[in-house]
Amino acid sequence: MTSGTPRLEMRGVRKAFGATIALDGVDFSVAPGEVCALVGQNGAGKSTLMAVLSGVVRPDSGSMMLEGQPYAPREPIDARAAGVAMIHQELSLAPHLTVMENIALGLEPVRRGLLQWHEMRDTARRALAQLGHEEIVPDAIVADLSPASQQLVEVARALASGSRVLVLDEPTSSLSHGDVQRLFELLERLKSQGMAIVYISHFIEEVQAVSDRVVVLRDGRNVGAGRTRDMPADAIVQLMVGGEVEALYPRSPREPGDVLLELVDLEPGAATLSLRRGEIVGIAGLLGAGRSRLLRTIFGLESVRSGRIRVGVYSGPASPAARWDQGVGMLSENRAGEGLASGLSIADNLTMSRLEELGPGFLVFPSRQASAASRWVDRFAIRSSGPAQAVGELSGGNQQKVALARLLHHDVDLLVLDEPTRGIDVGSKAQIYAVLDALASGHAHEPPQASGTGGEPAIVADRVAVGRPRAVLMVSSYLPELLGLCDRVAVMCRGRLGPVRLASEWTEHSLLMEASGAKAG
Amino acid sequence: MRGDTGVLLGLLLVALIFGLLIGPRFFRPANLELMARQTVIVCVAALGMTMVIVSGGIDLSVGSIVALSTVVTALLLRMGMDPALAALGALAAAALCGTVNGLLITRLRVVPFIVTLGTMLLVRGAAKGLAEERRIEAPITWLNGLLRTARDGNLGVPAGVWLTIVLAVLVAGVLGYTRFGRHLFAIGSNERTARLCGVRIDRRKLQVYSLSAAFAGLAGVLEFSRLAVGDPTVGVGLELDVIAAVIIGGGSLSGGKGTVLGTVAGAAIMAVIQIGCSQHGLPNWVQQIVTGIIIVIAVALDRWRQAPTR
Repeated sequence: MTSGTPRLEMRGVRKAFGATIALDGVDFSVAPGEVCALVGQNGAGKSTLMAVLSGVVRPDSGSMMLEGQPYAPREPIDARAAGVAMIHQELSLAPHLTVMENIALGLEPVRRGLLQWHEMRDTARRALAQLGHEEIVPDAIVADLSPASQQLVEVARALASGSRVLVLDEPTSSLSHGDVQRLFELLERLKSQGMAIVYISHFIEEVQAVSDRVVVLRDGRNVGAGRTRDMPADAIVQLMVGGEVEALYPRSPREPGDVLLELVDLEPGAATLSLRRGEIVGIAGLLGAGRSRLLRTIFGLESVRSGRIRVGVYSGPASPAARWDQGVGMLSENRAGEGLASGLSIADNLTMSRLEELGPGFLVFPSRQASAASRWVDRFAIRSSGPAQAVGELSGGNQQKVALARLLHHDVDLLVLDEPTRGIDVGSKAQIYAVLDALASGHAHEPPQASGTGGEPAIVADRVAVGRPRAVLMVSSYLPELLGLCDRVAVMCRGRLGPVRLASEWTEHSLLMEASGAKAG
Repeated sequence: MRGDTGVLLGLLLVALIFGLLIGPRFFRPANLELMARQTVIVCVAALGMTMVIVSGGIDLSVGSIVALSTVVTALLLRMGMDPALAALGALAAAALCGTVNGLLITRLRVVPFIVTLGTMLLVRGAAKGLAEERRIEAPITWLNGLLRTARDGNLGVPAGVWLTIVLAVLVAGVLGYTRFGRHLFAIGSNERTARLCGVRIDRRKLQVYSLSAAFAGLAGVLEFSRLAVGDPTVGVGLELDVIAAVIIGGGSLSGGKGTVLGTVAGAAIMAVIQIGCSQHGLPNWVQQIVTGIIIVIAVALDRWRQAPTR
């Protein structure tokens, strides 16, 4: 696929922010009819490279060519006009407007000052037909569509504006399995129409399924590239982390103790489950199957409709405040919207649920808050300028470590985790797996060494987990993680939690079958 | 860099400009004291407002509460009540208004802007009804001396100014060093996160609106001290001055930001402009234009400083 002139070629792109060199002479290219995957850990430079491509950031040096012509966008609108379209993790649609208005946004057909609605509708219909998704009605309100359909609208917008290069940044993070498959089919279709596609993802499996070529970045440099079929998954991961990756999913001996969580026919969720100290139980399922709702109900963020719930010795529903008091902590799937107050400091975020011991009476001493927080910053190897730094300035992986450290600062016994590793880099994932394993087992083990990733100290799990084993209940859409980390797994389908079985009795295939309701029971 | 450094520099700059225009007499102790006296009423109400704005809320009813408070103080004094008790009574009435605000906001789930817009009219009406649409004359007591220049004692500064300083220090302590204060920042920065972390949000909101109204009540007592009558029509539009002080001081209407030092400096900037303009012989309309420009510039500068550096 590398024959002919590339549609887009970036050469020696360099960009420094102050003392940090984000891009150190990166080369990148993509040809018409090609899907090129761009992979790397968080902070490797993918986002900056794409920001340069889309005109958000101007490079210090280096050149770009689009179809053989020099290309130097000064503003994002220049990139769009030149035919470079970006589709971000967070969709950029106006939810109150219709599908066709969104597709035409900024390029509305106007005649004598009047909007041409028919023309707008036709354009939308043509673009959606080109995607093979005629079922999306141009007059529908975008907010009423599913996340997958909203994404299609965004792709349709790119098509309607005549894009020749399409960049997808983590496009599957809010899609269910079936929708991911449909997205891949769509990419095949666009490819055959001659589109040049850049695909950014943390999921190696996806990269292998969809891309023709892989370009790996690490610390702002090219560290490897090649045809996807010549690069096995562990080779890609190895290039990304730059060293040997030991067992990604650690499993220390765990001994189940007393029951910490007992659910009997809990609604919503139709959940019957018992979770013991020293166990990690996972919940799989499609997006919208009601997994988050179940966790939120357990934690008191949504109300129990019927059924029984017992946490430790406490029976019945309780508020989030009471749950914290009972030794339960929850990690939200929505890091930016709910999990963290991005304007506040690391220290404030980390200690928010438990300010009690940071001063006498109702007082909170900022110095004690900072020292408590900096202990966790050290233990979790959170890359920051210190506990006073605003959480919003950290990378996704480091933010997630702050969110998780909150539960450990509170010293909870039961951790309720909703998508604990969504949208974070491989290195941070490995650290979080090690921490969860250490928490469940109650004893330490050697952490995975990821050397050469810019000197990031590997987390020392024994400094995080001390003493007693804890219990973990986690929801994840990433099946290898559930199978690798959990002792027992249950599948949620259409609002009902299925039976909890040993992780060894499941395969990715059987989990998916059950999640999509293809198999009864 | 602290959020309130900018506003302090701004205060210095404004004071220097008027100092150059008017000459050294602008900085005479008597003139500085005049400015301090001018600023206390807005300042006291703004201390409460700072807490509300930090929590992501707003309170438009403070101007009306000030009026109600002057009326209640005057009525209680006329009944022959001890001045201290009369002032406490006014504070209690004000706090009650705040509790009503808080209850409406938390129980009906209506946004604070609308709720307090409603109670702004409601409390104003109540004050007028209570006063039978008249000014309430009251006997002269020591309350009327709160803002009078102390000839000797109090280091030559009126008791009301000392009171404001003490309260400012207290509120700064509450915001920075108590669970209540940290919870306000958490709620203002991201209410869902606060809820996830077990912060009892409704209770905190009830407390902060009650407290803010009590501060407005105290501002009303100070207003009464100046007027020597209970006046149900006083303080119309005062809530906007109060909010402006907080905003100039670096508070953000979207919550999670605000400092006491900034608010006090913000209130002081407005007082300096007011007195500076009048002493330089500039008419009132010039002063309003200048204040308006300062508000916009202050927020724009803040935005610009916080612009992402990426």
